[in-house]
Amino acid sequence: MAFFLQNLINALQWGSFYALIALGYSMVYSVLMLFNFAHGDIFMTGSYIGFFVASGLIALSATGTVAMPGWLILLLTILISMFLTSFVGIAVERIGYRPLRGAPRASAAITGLMIGIILETGNLALLGASRKKFPDLIETQTFTFAGVSVTNTKIMIVAVSLALMLALHLFIQRTKWGMAVRAMAYDFFVVPLMGVSINTIAVLTFAIGSALAAAAGILFGVAYPILDPYMGILFGWKAFVAAILGGRGSVLGAALAGFLLGFIEIFVAIIFPSTVRDLIAYSIILLILTFRPHGFFGEAYSAQLRL
Amino acid sequence: MLLSIENLRVSYDRIKALHGISFDVDEGEIVCIIGANGAGKSTTLRAISRLIPAEAGSKMTFMGKDLLDYPADKVVSELGISHVPEGRRLFGNLTVYENLKLATFARKNGQDIQKDIERVFAIFPRLEERINQKAETLSGGEQQMLAVGRALMSGRKVMLLDEPSMGLAPLLMMNVFDALRDINREGTTILLVEQNARMALKFASRGYVLENGNLVLSGKSEELLNNPEVKKAYLGG
Repeated sequence: MAFFLQNLINALQWGSFYALIALGYSMVYSVLMLFNFAHGDIFMTGSYIGFFVASGLIALSATGTVAMPGWLILLLTILISMFLTSFVGIAVERIGYRPLRGAPRASAAITGLMIGIILETGNLALLGASRKKFPDLIETQTFTFAGVSVTNTKIMIVAVSLALMLALHLFIQRTKWGMAVRAMAYDFFVVPLMGVSINTIAVLTFAIGSALAAAAGILFGVAYPILDPYMGILFGWKAFVAAILGGRGSVLGAALAGFLLGFIEIFVAIIFPSTVRDLIAYSIILLILTFRPHGFFGEAYSAQLRL
Repeated sequence: MLLSIENLRVSYDRIKALHGISFDVDEGEIVCIIGANGAGKSTTLRAISRLIPAEAGSKMTFMGKDLLDYPADKVVSELGISHVPEGRRLFGNLTVYENLKLATFARKNGQDIQKDIERVFAIFPRLEERINQKAETLSGGEQQMLAVGRALMSGRKVMLLDEPSMGLAPLLMMNVFDALRDINREGTTILLVEQNARMALKFASRGYVLENGNLVLSGKSEELLNNPEVKKAYLGG
């Protein structure tokens, strides 16, 4: 039992990253019917932005002008980086996708791939090939209850992720902006007839999705502090799997499927050697999709009505 | 002239849908465009709402402003031209209240919004009974009421109506048209496109006949109702 709980906690942390990233894929898909394949690299970019913000805040704090405890630096890093990374998402939408709004879907898909490559290699060109070490912001403490050991960082990562998901849920359900996002997911074409600009809502979803990816990037940096320009590729693909598995365009589904992916990977790794972890984990997911081709919460029909 | 359309041309993927039509609508009028399926009626309304692009050379002016300068959302929020689209196109995943509220997205004054929602409920009491129901659970008649109510919320200088009679039982249809007449009396100009020519011509004061992307006839409703060609083609002899 203790063994199971231990891994459950690990899986929750691992799944948090997937879930936060998957939400961005899912939101953008739901309003624009577009898979933003650059999203994994926005996660990477957010992580690097977090690295610089944290380093800057540490340096500022070290000068003694505004001495800040580690937890405050972490909190500020998350908030500032989410804010800054949202503009990366806005730029990607504005420069990459908007000119192709009327173009064939395949063009938009390769645009995402190209933007991803540009972000990766741009990072490489700017910062060089050496990896960055995400700074230690909070001292790790381990608590043990009934044979299960939990670190404060794990609790923090899961709690922050859940809080962000709850915030997103409330935003989508309770605000007029969220209402417009839901309406656009249902029927893109007539949204302007409500006096709502499609571009504004598109920008909004890119900004929110990118901010969540940045949060994932920083939390990932806290747990696994080595950053490299290609860290977003595999993570992005897996989170994309979660977004599809959750049901295209379903925010709740994307979050749950993100956690499910975390569970499957962690529990497969208990039984099998880690070299075959993804082989087995993703074979299981392939099997799940065979039986639920629309994912867990996806509609069997395309909710999008067009002209 | 409130709304003036000159030489409006629209194509879908090289297929010409409108071959340069011209018509106008005066303030306070009810005008209808009748025509068969595929004649270009919906295309006309969509072009006015700027949902689809008009070809070069088309001219559309509303209260002296060039409609082509406005994107679709501003046509609604700044010019006050609302559009009840073909097939109603409600947001089925949103409640009745949310559908009405969304239509005021660009508006700032919360009190006015509440007053307008109450006015919609005064016109269509059924909607108030269903206020928290998802729009997709409404009956066809209720959906049409909500579609009209939603248009009232978004802009009320002009209402463009695309086949409001579609799929409605005669009695419900009368209810909707009675409500529309009240809305018109309170100052909203109405441009209606309909396949149901008899209903449309009885409701409107003037009409145009659209055939294969060309306006072929126009006149007062009584004249069109008595026109032998219109009788033969659209009124069942």
